[in-house]
Amino acid sequence: MATISRRVLPGFSLSLGYAVCYLSLLALIPLAACFLKAASLTPAQFWAAVWNERTRSAYALTFGASLAAAAANAVLGLLVAWVLVRYSFPLKRLFDALVDLPFALPTAVAGLVYSSLYVPNGWLGQFLVPLGIEGAYSRLGIVLVLTFTGFPFVVRTVQPVLEGLEAELEEAASILGANRWQTFRRVLWPPLVPPLLTGFALAFARGLGEYGSVVFVSGNKPFRTEIAPVLIVARLEEFAYREATALAVVLLVMSFGLLAAINLLERWSKNRAT
Amino acid sequence: MQHEVRKARDPWPVRWGLTLVAVLILTVLVIVPVVNVFYQALSRGVATYWHNLVGDANTRHAIGLTLIVASAAVLANLVFGVACAWAIARFRFPGRTILLTLIDLPFSVSPVVAGLMFVLLFGLQGYFGPWLRDHGLKIIFATPGLILVTAFVTLPFVVRELIPVMEAVGPDEDVAAVSLGASGWQMFWRVTWPNIRWGVLYGVILCNARAMGEFGAVYVVSGHIAGRTDTMPLRVEKLFQEYNTPASFAVASLLTLLALVTLALKVGLERRERREIAESLTDTNK
Repeated sequence: MATISRRVLPGFSLSLGYAVCYLSLLALIPLAACFLKAASLTPAQFWAAVWNERTRSAYALTFGASLAAAAANAVLGLLVAWVLVRYSFPLKRLFDALVDLPFALPTAVAGLVYSSLYVPNGWLGQFLVPLGIEGAYSRLGIVLVLTFTGFPFVVRTVQPVLEGLEAELEEAASILGANRWQTFRRVLWPPLVPPLLTGFALAFARGLGEYGSVVFVSGNKPFRTEIAPVLIVARLEEFAYREATALAVVLLVMSFGLLAAINLLERWSKNRAT
Repeated sequence: MQHEVRKARDPWPVRWGLTLVAVLILTVLVIVPVVNVFYQALSRGVATYWHNLVGDANTRHAIGLTLIVASAAVLANLVFGVACAWAIARFRFPGRTILLTLIDLPFSVSPVVAGLMFVLLFGLQGYFGPWLRDHGLKIIFATPGLILVTAFVTLPFVVRELIPVMEAVGPDEDVAAVSLGASGWQMFWRVTWPNIRWGVLYGVILCNARAMGEFGAVYVVSGHIAGRTDTMPLRVEKLFQEYNTPASFAVASLLTLLALVTLALKVGLERRERREIAESLTDTNK
């Protein structure tokens, strides 16, 4: 079929040529420039730029906060997906549509509003701050806003799998004498693991690179609440382009590694599904 | 029918409890923030709100610039998306899988890094910086730079949406048109386009939402010249830094409105698609 349609249908070289040129100009050459610039540093310079006390605390915070947010999303997302698929309640369609809002809402708006909700006189802060929960200008604030920006990932990866589960399997399990917990654990849970992991990884990857929302809520104090992308911008504003590029390469390598992991996960879940 | 069976399965305390928790999660995480944006924007009255949006020349300029940058970036990615989806969905060629992976690349690059890449290319210290300066061209700290980074960040949206649509439509109608003597363009406009236009619209809507709302990448290349290179999200940040919170929330409310309209259109298009699938199923059953 492939060879036939190439002979019959027009526009193969035009469309492919245009796509490859566009992709090269807009994505590949800029990426190459980044690595080229980083390669102009000596190994010692590179190491000094990417591994010092300030960068280490930034990596730890970026990593830790993204991990915490992705974990929170895995739990909350599974619960929300479960309820949206299996139960019906008033305004369910509205709630279902609202799950996607974090993708549609500009991150700057998310950051702005989250920073004002959790301050001591904010809508939520007035209840939480007296309890000692500081959700603004703190590490917790970063986790909160990253949970928001990554929220749709787990829901939207788990939902279709949950919808596709056959009711007969559950019935068979209960007829064969499994109690509700056993049915969940043995029948429903195993197929949910791959999408849950994929959603988790996607949310985690998103958190690693997130900037717009975090600058508003974190306060950006070096060693305390400074994430890696904020540090890159700080270096840029000092015109320390080489240091900024070295940090950017570290972030790029991390996210490419994650991308590869996500692809493997998706292949794995596809194999399990068939 | 199947739903009825399922609903009956979980005892009501579990059902109600979980539903309550899920609604609570969505309320705290999503609904409260959205309501809060409008509440804070309107907290000093409608007149102040209106003045914050229209009375400030820099804010007016930011709104205009956002529209220009987003439409340019969306248009570029629309043309790319259609071309790339055509090549990928209709032909098999060596390197096809690599191309598919490369399309997703911008999603995994931190927006700040995306901005930095273009500064390294076109900034004054960058590889093409001296050449651009000698020819009186400005990309970084100017509108072209904003368009470039926005196009980079939103590159995957249209093409990602179109590939499955084109694959689902299949090549038969295109092949029929060509073998009946249509030229390439005739085939595209009369046969291919009507089949994919709703998918295109869906991709464009998502692409546009991201393009208008992009912050990190734009932040790095804009230079924050008020009235010159500030887009709406950057304006939100600047007003916030100037402790002009109501004005900041006023601009943010426009962006929130954009997000809500995007969601509504998305739901509408998805419903349309489901209806069409249902109709085509009943057609084939006849």
